[in-house]
Amino acid sequence: MKPQFSGRNVFDLDDYSREDILYILEAAKRMKEINMREYKKIPTLKGKTICTLFVENSTRTRMSFELAANRLSADVVSFQASISALQKGESLQDTVYTLNAMGIDLYCIRHNSPGSPQLVHKYSGKPVINGGDGRHAHPTQALLDIYSIWEKKGDLNGLKVTIVGDILHSRVVRSNLIGMAKLGAKVTVCGPKTLMPSSMESVYDCRVEYDLAHALHDADVVMGLRMQFERMSEGLFPSLEEYSKHYVLSSQTLKYAKPDALIMHPGPMNRGVEILPEIADGAHSIIVEQVANGVAVRMALMFLILSGSAKV
Amino acid sequence: MKTIIRNASIYLDGKLEKKELMIDGKRIVQIANKIFDEADQNIDAAGACVFPGFIDIHAHLRDPGHTYKEDIRSGTQSAAKGGFTLVCAMPNTDPVTDNIASVEYIQLRAKEHGSVRVYVIGALTKHSLGEEISEMATMKSGGIVAVSDDGKCVQNARLMLSCLRYASNFDIPVIIHPEDYALAGKGQINSGKVSTRTGLSGITPLAEELVIARDIMLAESAGARLHIAHISTARALQLVQQAKERGLPVTCEVTPHHLVLTDEACMNFDTNTKMKPPLRCESDRLACVQALRDGLIDCIATDHAPHADFEKEREFDHAPFGIIGFETAFGILYDRLVKTKAIELSTLVDNLTKKPARVLNLPGGEIKIGAKADLTIIDLNASTTYTKENILSKSKNTPWLDQTIASKVMYTLKSGIITYKDK
Repeated sequence: MKPQFSGRNVFDLDDYSREDILYILEAAKRMKEINMREYKKIPTLKGKTICTLFVENSTRTRMSFELAANRLSADVVSFQASISALQKGESLQDTVYTLNAMGIDLYCIRHNSPGSPQLVHKYSGKPVINGGDGRHAHPTQALLDIYSIWEKKGDLNGLKVTIVGDILHSRVVRSNLIGMAKLGAKVTVCGPKTLMPSSMESVYDCRVEYDLAHALHDADVVMGLRMQFERMSEGLFPSLEEYSKHYVLSSQTLKYAKPDALIMHPGPMNRGVEILPEIADGAHSIIVEQVANGVAVRMALMFLILSGSAKV
Repeated sequence: MKTIIRNASIYLDGKLEKKELMIDGKRIVQIANKIFDEADQNIDAAGACVFPGFIDIHAHLRDPGHTYKEDIRSGTQSAAKGGFTLVCAMPNTDPVTDNIASVEYIQLRAKEHGSVRVYVIGALTKHSLGEEISEMATMKSGGIVAVSDDGKCVQNARLMLSCLRYASNFDIPVIIHPEDYALAGKGQINSGKVSTRTGLSGITPLAEELVIARDIMLAESAGARLHIAHISTARALQLVQQAKERGLPVTCEVTPHHLVLTDEACMNFDTNTKMKPPLRCESDRLACVQALRDGLIDCIATDHAPHADFEKEREFDHAPFGIIGFETAFGILYDRLVKTKAIELSTLVDNLTKKPARVLNLPGGEIKIGAKADLTIIDLNASTTYTKENILSKSKNTPWLDQTIASKVMYTLKSGIITYKDK
């Protein structure tokens, strides 16, 4: 049976089956073809209105969502608020009531508080795509990561994926662990103990390694994560230099992985901290393609969620 | 005026007995198989049980300062509906109840509008800022039954030692809300599987346990009487057990929610599962139930903490901590623990009556001739659905909203006067 997407929320990938995910990947593939054309636009969502509601700043992700909506001919409105403004002034509830009165069909939200997409859906009654909610989930990033691997490798089943860095603060890792497990990948997460959440192995189908060489052993895919300076002042690690010494992705450390291992990073990168330019720009890096695939995956989701109700 | 309660099972010495009970004026005057006197008022309690009025040593009535959440009238009406006849008001009001005038304000309001007896707990430190000792001796002469900075925790061990020594000087029990701020950080829920999965920041059990360990040692050194509010972890219970084995005057209470819920309830980001201490994991919950059964826990207290809809109806990170508890306390524990045979009915009732009375040396807690007629009549075979419409608290922040729970409070009486009657 064809998976049903019409009106569905994308809070995280746990609501999506393996078949659903594969269906999204196929749809994204067609969207990517559109993006390769000279005239990158189809009329599918003409007359639909998509709102990007970004309470946490992110220019790149917002652009990716808005470009995706534009290419499907949807009207796009963009609501940006600093967290403090929303905290002092209007509540999220009133903001959504206001936006909803203007006739929004789909919300794409980024917020620093976990669970906020669920609230937007509760207040609006409209489908919501989670563009990142605190440390909780970032399902479109996970889908674009999965798409990028799927496109290169054909199948994720049995692939060894190693994700390295600040696992504790990463919503990208959490959504990827759910999605990749559904497609049969074997994921290892690696980082210093102070940046590893508790009970990882009992919450997710994954392996935890604190030693980079062990983590990278035989990996088919290696993903670096952004290491943020603030974590030092929070007392979680002593210096970027020391972090880099133990956890940087370099040609030296990647010799433990398979020679053709794909190199990924959700960006933005700290070159020289978690990844060296020789790897980021190397032959097996698909970091730039991930960005392109992000637009295609987001187009696919918007298309699947909204076109079901479109009367063509 | 004479009132006779007929056709009821009366809770006497831990057992339910088919008897009749007569109240004359404020007091219980007769308990017998059959009372032949004429009464001015007969309460037909057919099929129901008569318990001593419940006693809650930990409640936030929000008055003065936050009366949009609750005030003494609504809070005590809510308490009466839950079967309570006595509650202790925590001092985190605005202004903080840290002086005799503030204590008298609450006592006066409670006398005018209170459906239940209200005893006041004074602040441990001035404005509960954890910087200077409050005028607790003066407040004690005004009638406070304990001191606490509940909701906050004195971080400075030197000051805490001083507070405990000063309190012991005047024989005032000190109630602690154990929380190490640095360890708790910006945590929202218990640190564990659910915090890992939801990305909500975790509060490690150590934040609670470390302060309990510290304050037991400080209280021992000071010779003070220490009561630990809302205990929630297995390790914290071990610390209390060790203190008791050494003969220290240390007691602790547990909330209904820590006895029946775990952090799994936070999975759907319902802000009515957000409180301090946070809902812990299943092994901690089971340890609390076991400790209640074994008598290691001294009583149940609700930590009734009203918050308005607009405060709870927001992002999980930004919602305040706390849930209301008066109207659900007996029902939820009867439904989830007594009916499932996890604890005896007598354990539940004693921990809501004579045991909390003992902790803070309060009146009441037992049905006996000559005692004030503080009673609650509950039909264990009926059920209650908690809805926004029928909750009497001004606030509706309960995780059991719209749920139907076994048992129903039919009447509550304070000094022989009906303070709540089911419609």
